[in-house]
Amino acid sequence: MTTRSPHVYLDHAATTPMLPEAVAAMTAQLTRLGNASSLHTSGRAARRVVEEARETIAKALGARPSEVIFTGGGTEADNLAVKGLYWSRRAADPRRRRVLASAVEHHAVLDAVAWLGSVAGADVEWLPVDKLGRVDVDAVRSSVERDPESVALVTLMWVNNEVGTVQPVREVAAIARQHGIPTHTDAVQAVGQLPVDFAASGVDAMTVTGHKVGGPIGVGALVVRRETNLVPVLHGGGQERDVRSGTLDVPAIAGFAAALEIATAEQPARAATLAGLRDELIRQVRAAVPEAELNGDPDPSVEHRLPGNAHFSFPGCEGDSLLLLLDARGIECSTGSACSAGVAEPSHVLIAMGRDEERARGSLRFSLGHTSTRAEVDALGAAIGPVVERARAAGLVNVSGGTF
Amino acid sequence: MRVLAAMSGGVDSAVAAARAVAAGHDVTGVHLALSRNPLSYRSGARGCCTQEDARDARRAADVLGIPFYVWDLAERFHADVVEDFVQEYSSGRTPNPCLRCNEKIKFAAVLDRALALGFDAVCTGHYARLVDGPHGRELHRSVDAEKDQSYVLGVLTAQQLAHAMFPLGGSRKTEVRAEAAERGLAVADKPDSHDICFVADGDTAGFLARELGDQPGNVVDEDGTVLGQHDASYAFTVGQRRGLRIGRPAADGKPRYVLSIEPVSRTITVGPREHLAVSVIEGAKPRWCGEPLDGTQECRAQIRAHGETLAARAWLDGDTLRVELAEPAVGVAPGQAVVLYDGTRVIGSATIAGTLAAATA
Ligand SMILES: Cc1ncc(COP(=O)(O)O)c(C=O)c1O
Repeated sequence: MTTRSPHVYLDHAATTPMLPEAVAAMTAQLTRLGNASSLHTSGRAARRVVEEARETIAKALGARPSEVIFTGGGTEADNLAVKGLYWSRRAADPRRRRVLASAVEHHAVLDAVAWLGSVAGADVEWLPVDKLGRVDVDAVRSSVERDPESVALVTLMWVNNEVGTVQPVREVAAIARQHGIPTHTDAVQAVGQLPVDFAASGVDAMTVTGHKVGGPIGVGALVVRRETNLVPVLHGGGQERDVRSGTLDVPAIAGFAAALEIATAEQPARAATLAGLRDELIRQVRAAVPEAELNGDPDPSVEHRLPGNAHFSFPGCEGDSLLLLLDARGIECSTGSACSAGVAEPSHVLIAMGRDEERARGSLRFSLGHTSTRAEVDALGAAIGPVVERARAAGLVNVSGGTF
Repeated sequence: MRVLAAMSGGVDSAVAAARAVAAGHDVTGVHLALSRNPLSYRSGARGCCTQEDARDARRAADVLGIPFYVWDLAERFHADVVEDFVQEYSSGRTPNPCLRCNEKIKFAAVLDRALALGFDAVCTGHYARLVDGPHGRELHRSVDAEKDQSYVLGVLTAQQLAHAMFPLGGSRKTEVRAEAAERGLAVADKPDSHDICFVADGDTAGFLARELGDQPGNVVDEDGTVLGQHDASYAFTVGQRRGLRIGRPAADGKPRYVLSIEPVSRTITVGPREHLAVSVIEGAKPRWCGEPLDGTQECRAQIRAHGETLAARAWLDGDTLRVELAEPAVGVAPGQAVVLYDGTRVIGSATIAGTLAAATA
């Protein structure tokens, strides 16, 4: 603990380093004057940067430029999609009160949906997942078909941010579409690691964010079909299609576009590299800690598991203890769950997958990204055995209630 | 040393952690989350476990440049401190939850976990001194008599003290505040915490009433004559004078005090102040901060937090600590700790279980 070794960063799902091209694109704009909504020369110059970014992003994601609505990140895009779709669908037909959402959504979707249920009259149906964390398509179908007229929207993330399970988004969107029901997907973790094509996916709205693809934090987009109506969440100048207000952050948008373009262009190669490192990471963790249980889908293909994700439960350990011990050795990862006060709550994702609370508490997520190296994986492989042993001793202390 | 600094979000624990860092230790900060629902505990500056306190603690750790974690001890705290508190009151005793928290949480659950994780010591902002004496580590009073917290640490065993660190014991509170400001710690001006952290509004009687409901019984005099009724025996403490709601005045016209609380029949016995006087205290579950008592020892006894000390002789009688007071004392409440001192050094402590009245002793 005395010597904190150089960082081994295994938390790319939390945020990943900015790509140099994104930094360059962003810094080039930082000193430029101009509000993209102004009509004069400076404004037009800023607008041009925004529109070029929009085109770049649309192209990279299989969407049309007019379908890209810039937001202040993934959380805002998720809120806009969930609330905006619900309100507009209900306004068109008051019978549409049901919101179908997977039980393993990120809090940006989960809590927005729960809020609609508690204050906006929505009937929320949490779609169950199997023990690998995958939504059951038949359950979605029967839930929709029970009374399609009453469904306001379906929301299902592209890939889960904690355990890396790829969701059957295309199948679910197809079911919803048969009944004219819009589908939203949170693709924040998918972009750059999985092939993401908005048009081909069949969804009506899709969330993406800058800082998971090598762009800046605080910028994202909701990609929405042109014919899909949304009620705004942020009211004001109506800068983005009259659906999202606020002066556009031109440097951030430029950086976001530069990163997204590279991330999607390099996605196949990146996926292969990350999957290779990930498989090695899993191998080393299992070799050091045979009782470690891999959570999520064990099938390593991109159709099943996010290439950069490895998520384990370590029986008998507290996730907190593991985190502390690894951090002290310069290895950064995540327990994948924290509330504002920092008290770890057992992950709703693992609970939804049928894990017990104790197992859920003893879990760690390792996530790889574009700067990850074999040396980092080896460092974890060397540390994890002793760390788990220590954490287990500490875990036992807590259960037995003290030795003094 | 690898040191785990317990950081409440207050000024004392922040400066204690800062001093541990300055002394060259490898320090990691932890905030102990003691409630599942942080808003139910004291809010704002005075609390020990609100979200704001967690933020203050984190900010202090940032300034010190040390890692910081929040440990969830809500379940242990509830079982070992809150439930114990309620149970003790309902048994007619008057507990000290801060002492219980030190015994069961900070220097048990937290210390055990810290040791298992490879730390050597737990550092807190308590005002008490650790001195390495001829027979090992000794616990002494703080130099700031006003802030001294050795009483609530008197339950710690030699083994616990061996892994404790109290960097503030040699300082006065005013110095600690000044140092916090100097070190750029934003909590420098934060008011001290008082009262009981898990009683959100400071209304202990109300808290107990919610937990225990009505527990009515009789108020009687020493002959057993019923003088009135009460709603809740737990609302009384031995030595208490106010709120007895006795209709009839005493024959001699003098005020009456709670002499004893009998929890099964919930009978409160009252009498004149002279009958409160106690000359022998019986203590249960004695704990020694170093060597146990050897034979009969002249010492000073403290029977409540921030109380004065009384000249005494103490000896062990089987598992019971007997403390004979040189002068009879009043207001000796079962459930409180009797802590024994040799000068500034804490010898040990026990929970007051029974007393012998001065008249009959
Ligand atoms: C699946 C998912 N959705 C949404 C978000 C939130 O995105 P942002 O941090 O841009 O608000 C995240 C990132 O934490 C995420 O992983």
